[in-house]
This record gives sequence, structure tokens and C-alpha cells, in this order.
Amino acid sequence: MEFTLKTFIFYGFALITIASAFAVVTVRNIVHAAFALMVTLFGVAGLYVFLQADFLAATQVIVYVGGILVLILFGVMMTSGRLEMRIHIERGQLLLGGGISLALLMLLITVIANTPGWKNRTDDGTLLPPTTERIGELILKEKFLLPFEVVSVLLLVALIGAALISRKEVRD
Amino acid sequence: MSEILSESFLPKINLQEGTNWAIDFVKKTILPIFPDFPVQSGSVLVMLACAGIFVAVVPLLPLVLVLAERKVAARFQNRTGPMRVGPWGTLQTLADGIKLIFKEDYIPPQGDKLLFLLAPYVIFACSFAVFAAIPFSQKIIVSDFNIGIFYIMAISSVIVMGVIMAGWSSNSKWSLLGSLRSAAQIVSYEIPLGLSILTVVMLVQSLSMSEIVGSQDGGIFTWLIFRSPFTFIAFFIFFISSIAEVNRTPFDLPEAESEIVAGFHTEYSGMRFALFFIAEYANMFAVSAIGVTLFLGGYEGILPGYDFLGGLPGFVIKSLGLVFVMMWLRWTLPRLRVDQLMNLCWKYFIPISFFNILGTGVWGLIFRNDDVWSIGISCAIIYVGLIGAYTVAGRNLARKPEPQPSSV
Repeated sequence: MEFTLKTFIFYGFALITIASAFAVVTVRNIVHAAFALMVTLFGVAGLYVFLQADFLAATQVIVYVGGILVLILFGVMMTSGRLEMRIHIERGQLLLGGGISLALLMLLITVIANTPGWKNRTDDGTLLPPTTERIGELILKEKFLLPFEVVSVLLLVALIGAALISRKEVRD
Repeated sequence: MSEILSESFLPKINLQEGTNWAIDFVKKTILPIFPDFPVQSGSVLVMLACAGIFVAVVPLLPLVLVLAERKVAARFQNRTGPMRVGPWGTLQTLADGIKLIFKEDYIPPQGDKLLFLLAPYVIFACSFAVFAAIPFSQKIIVSDFNIGIFYIMAISSVIVMGVIMAGWSSNSKWSLLGSLRSAAQIVSYEIPLGLSILTVVMLVQSLSMSEIVGSQDGGIFTWLIFRSPFTFIAFFIFFISSIAEVNRTPFDLPEAESEIVAGFHTEYSGMRFALFFIAEYANMFAVSAIGVTLFLGGYEGILPGYDFLGGLPGFVIKSLGLVFVMMWLRWTLPRLRVDQLMNLCWKYFIPISFFNILGTGVWGLIFRNDDVWSIGISCAIIYVGLIGAYTVAGRNLARKPEPQPSSV
């Protein structure tokens, strides 16, 4: 395989992603794990850039890092008194978790193997057209309009539910 | 050679052809002198050098802005400001910077050392990465990706992670309180900010910064702020929300001196403190520059075809004008309470922004192309609306006082 600068940067991103993802599940300190997750999400965003999916990369950062991870950290800082986590793993859990992981791995391998033409698809440097417009058209005009609307209604319901649960009951 | 990296995220200063400037530079300038120069890695070196120029130039900005802030503050309070170091005190910030470099870099022993050391760099890096997508002039834009403004929003939303990191790792109650306040504030105000940017994107139909500026090239009345009455409102929401995003005074609860010492950077000293400081002022400028790009014509001038208030000098002048307004507000207005802060965002800005988006959609359907008519009607509506708002607000403010908070 030709070892160009692009492959070098790609493997850099892949290494960062995997190493930090490994840190997320092994580090004892839960806040450290959250920040390692930030690095993972950034690495994944970088990989999206390599797929020329720039809109997706920015969305990844804006939603996961700027939104969800902040919420996670908020939760951790507000609630936990002790940050060192000692996680006991029973044998049953180990078996179950291992089984599920193995099944997931098999699924991913099957999907990769069945994707048409991924092997002889080399990166010849062709520029794919920008994705933003196409995503917009697919979501708001073409076949994904209904799922999009359903998801937005679902989010609205979740919002109202959250407001309802967190509100204290006021009695006159 | 442009196939080496995926084009969309390559830094390129648009030299009209849109070619990769770094590789061009290497081919034209360096190869004749050193024929053995490795083009591929060499062009990366050139890119790194350019990034280095940015990293070297942007800290000069706070050097000027801090002095300007102190001078402005002094004027507002009828003082003279720093006068001792250099002529009219112009070297004061340089002296302060040198002092900060030589100060002890104290790390709280009970804190989380790793995160404490990393936090300033996260904030610093993010506020610098924003500059990559800002078009300073037609030719000076580091990278003109087609998702420019979206990239800026994404990167600047990461700053809050650095703030949380700093606040938590200091192991101090002031820091933690400050960072929690800051996170709540930034996450809230990101919504009206994004929605007001969306009105612009809807009118221009592009996320690319250079296309947004390019659509405003017909003089002052084609600037997006005057293009429709909704963008006019959106500009003010954008500006106020961005003041909240950079934690400046009417919204400086995260670092309120009188309440929580210095907020999330209470425990920092020396050069690490200076990094926060530089990042704050760089952010201020970046936010103003984004405002200018989106609403005030960017590098395009007031008159079509003339360069008056256009080009790089015009862009910088307009941005510094917005920075001055920020300083003006800081030394004029008192700090908001937390409930006022959240009320302003959730009860006023967000509904108004949604209304704006609806209005912009309707406006875009009625006036498909911007012509004299649409701009004339828009300016007329803005004019009438301003006068109406002035009279109504004046009457209401004169009548009823601000409602007092219910006792808790």
C-alpha cells in the first residue's frame, strides 16, 4: 500500500480515536472518562472529514461535544460525591457482555464484507460534491421527510416530559 | 498534487483559482532553489508556518485590545487610564505580559493536575481554530470550506468543555460555580445565536463564509442586516447572544468578581492565566468579525465598486467597531442576575428567533431575488419599526418600573 501523507494522518486519527475510546472504558476517574470521550468524538469527526462528509463532522462536534457531553459532565459534577469508580464484574456479566460484543463485531464484519466494492475502491482523490445540500433535500423534500418529522415530534415529547418531571408541583 | 488530502478541509488562501496555495508556493518558489525539496511534506510545513503566523499575530490582538479596553474604561469613568509605560501608556500591556511570563505557574495540589494543565490549551486552541474560517479579505481566508459558518459554530461550542475542565480540575468552589454558570449560559445562548445565524443562511442559501460575503457586494443596502426586517432583528439577537457567549459584562456571571472571585480561572496564574486572557480577547474579536461577515458586509465596502470601508482595513475597522460597542456596554450596564439572564434567553430571544425564521422563510418566498423593491420595502419596514419601538418602549418604560424578584 502506498504510504502517503493522507494515510499517515488517517492512521493518526484512527489511533487517537481507538486509544481514547479504550481510555473511556478503562479509566477509573469518571470525569477523565468523559473528557476522553471528547477526544474520541473529535477523532470520529476527523474520520468523517476523510470520508468528505464535512457537514456530518461538524454536526458530530456540535451535537455530541457541545451538547451531550456537556450534559454528561453537568450530571457528573452535580451528583457524584466520589469520582473513583471501582466496577465489579461478575462472571455472568463478563460472558453476556463478551457475547454481545462478539455478535456486534460479527455484524460489523458482515456489513463491511457485503458492502459492494469497498476493496477495489481506492481514494483516487476525486472530490465528491458537498453534502450539505443533498442532506437538506433528502430530509426536507424527498424520502426521509416522514422519519424526520417523527423524530422531531419525539424530541418535542421528550422536552415536554422533561419540563413536566423537573417542575415542582405548585399548589395554591 | 491536490489529491493528497481531501480538498474540503485543506487550508487555502483563495488566490482566485482556488488552487492549493501551499503546494503552489512550494512548486513556484522553493523548487527552483532546492530541487530536492519534498513537495508533499514540504507543503505541510508551509501550512504549519502559516498557522504559526496566525498563532503569532492573534496574541498581538489582545495586546492592543486590552490597552484599548483600559483606555475606554478610563474615558467612561473620566480618568486617563495607564499613562506611565511608554508614550500615553501604550506599552502597558506589553509590560503586563512580560510580568505574567515571569510569574509562578501554580498548580493546586488537591486539584486534578492533568486536566488543570490541559484546560487552557483547549480554550486557546478552539478560539484560534475559529479564525481559520473567517474571511479577512477576498484573498486572505485560511480555509474556505463550504460549511464555514457551521464549522465556526461547532468549534466554538467546544470552548465550553475547556471552561468546565478548568473549573472542575481547580478543586475550588469558586471555579466550579463559575464553570457551571458559564456552561449553562453558553449552552443556552448558543440556541438564539444559531437561530439568528440561520436567518442569514436562509437568505444566502449557503453556509460558506465567502459566499455569504459575496452576496453583500452591492453597497451598504445589500448588507444582510438591511436585506430583510428579520435579519435586522437577528443581528441584534446575534450580537447580544455573542456577548453572552464570550462572558462579557452584562453577562459576566461566570467570572463575576464581586461574587465568585474570578470564576473558572480563579486558580490559574502566570502564563496559563494569560492564555485565558488572550483567548477571551481573541474570542471577542472573532465574534465581532463573524458578526461583520454575516450582517455588515464583511470585507465589502459601503459603495458598490469602491473600497471605502471595504477590503482588509474596512473589515478590521468594522470588527473593531463592534468590539468597541462591547466595551461600551461593559462599562455602562450592570451585571444581570441569573434569572434575568435565563429569562432574556428563553422567554425573549428564542421565541423571537423562531418568529424570525418563519418570517425569513415567508420573505424569501415573496421576494425570490433581492432587488430594489425588496430592499426598499425592508428598509422602510425597519425604519417604521424602529420609530414605533422607540415610542412604545419609551412610553412603557416611563410608566412601569422593573418588576422586583419574588423573595426566595
